[in-house]
Amino acid sequence: MTKNILEVSHLSGRIDGQQVVEDVSFTVPNRGVTAIIGRNGVGKTSTIKAILGLIDRAGTVTLEGERIDGMDTHRIVQRGVGYVPEDREVFSMLSVEENLRLAERDGSPRREMVAELFPDLVERRAQRAGTLSGGQQQMVSLARALINENRLLMVDEPTKGLAPRIVAEVTAALEVAARSVPVLLVEQNVPVIRRLAGRIIVIEGGRVVHTGDASLLDDESELHRFLGVHTSREGERA
Amino acid sequence: MSTIVLLLVTGLGLGALYFLVASGLSLIYGLMGVLNFAHGSFLTIGAFAGFELSRRIGDGSWGALVASMVLGAIVGTVVAALTEFLLIRPLYTRHIEQVLVTVGLALASVALFEGIWGTDPIYTAKPAWLTRTTTILGARIPNDRFLLIGCAVLVLLGIVVFLQRTRYGLIIRAGVENRSMVTALGIDVRRSFTLVFAIGGAAAGLGGVLASVYYGYVSAHLGGSLLIFAFIVTVIGGLGSLAGAAIASVLVALLQQFANFYLGGTGDLAVVLALAGVLLVRPRGLLGKAT
Repeated sequence: MTKNILEVSHLSGRIDGQQVVEDVSFTVPNRGVTAIIGRNGVGKTSTIKAILGLIDRAGTVTLEGERIDGMDTHRIVQRGVGYVPEDREVFSMLSVEENLRLAERDGSPRREMVAELFPDLVERRAQRAGTLSGGQQQMVSLARALINENRLLMVDEPTKGLAPRIVAEVTAALEVAARSVPVLLVEQNVPVIRRLAGRIIVIEGGRVVHTGDASLLDDESELHRFLGVHTSREGERA
Repeated sequence: MSTIVLLLVTGLGLGALYFLVASGLSLIYGLMGVLNFAHGSFLTIGAFAGFELSRRIGDGSWGALVASMVLGAIVGTVVAALTEFLLIRPLYTRHIEQVLVTVGLALASVALFEGIWGTDPIYTAKPAWLTRTTTILGARIPNDRFLLIGCAVLVLLGIVVFLQRTRYGLIIRAGVENRSMVTALGIDVRRSFTLVFAIGGAAAGLGGVLASVYYGYVSAHLGGSLLIFAFIVTVIGGLGSLAGAAIASVLVALLQQFANFYLGGTGDLAVVLALAGVLLVRPRGLLGKAT
């Protein structure tokens, strides 16, 4: 078994002819949470999309040793990559149940596990996803990925714009998920990164400028350098 | 009163024809972003196939009509599926080229139909009951309108059941909303493209046979003349919305009929003005998704 679930080498990506990811290389170990961090607009989401083939890309990407950079998106996902997009992207005209049914990739969906993690969705299974709150939509989006057995989970800013209570719920769900599957997480919320991530990858201007242990973020000056924010441990505990 | 009833039912009959063409157009655009100018050709080839079968197995009988409708739908399905597979699929994501290909196919197919069946309309026979009228509230309604309305309602119900009760229907509904996210769930959405073309082709092919019943003839230009109004219906109803296409089909046809009768034959003008009004006030159409 290879040590890394994902290896990305010299990956670049373009949207409408414009370069948004430049020569990115990093690895994701086969356990725990690896967080991609960086200021707004540096190419974090584009990096995830380039790995999945959702934007034009070049470079080498391997999933447990298998090249996936030439594959269509649906084939990459079928190989066991769960994807939770930025801004949820639930199908607003479909019910919660239909959103989940659509995401089921094989004959043994983990419906009970999803129901345990997100009991609210069970009660709202017949409700149109477009009428849910932002937090509930995020749960649908996460549930769509978790309902399948995955080899890797790629989660893009799951706590963006959510109320603190929902952030805690989403973080707890990711913590549970990360016990059984490696997670590549794009996140801006420092307390969430500190709670979940073992490793960080810092992106600036479409390039990786640092990879290492997440404990680096305990250093306020590094935190400010990478994310442009200050945080206080007191605030985090609150 | 009898005039209004006559115009209402005749409008519903014409609306049924518009719906049979517009339903496919709307689904195809909604899922794939393709404006299919060749859709009228699916209707015309369905009409000619039905005509050829009908005159061979017994002109004017119910059996011949039913067999023609089935064959028209089958031919429409096959031609539409082949069009998607051979011409549209290689141009995936190249929408301008896709439009140009469908325009070219529409022009070429009309020339082909004229080469085979000539440029003049060919008058068709239909069962005797369809040539008679039924009196409702004093209005003598041509019976063929009931056939058209009944068939369009069955097609609408069939498509709704397919979209609501099957996995492919689920994929198509999701794909109309966000195609790239469907792909990101591990689904090859392109498989659904052929299916949507085939469904649209079946409805158009059936519509071709019914159009020949409504107008009493088949011609190489049958599809083209209906396609213009079907596009208007699709835009007014909201691109990608089947329910919108159904509602707009009825509204456009009724407007056309009433304007033709009460405003001195200005039905076509009224429809174009209605289109302009919708584009100005509600560009996404009655039930189209916001962009």
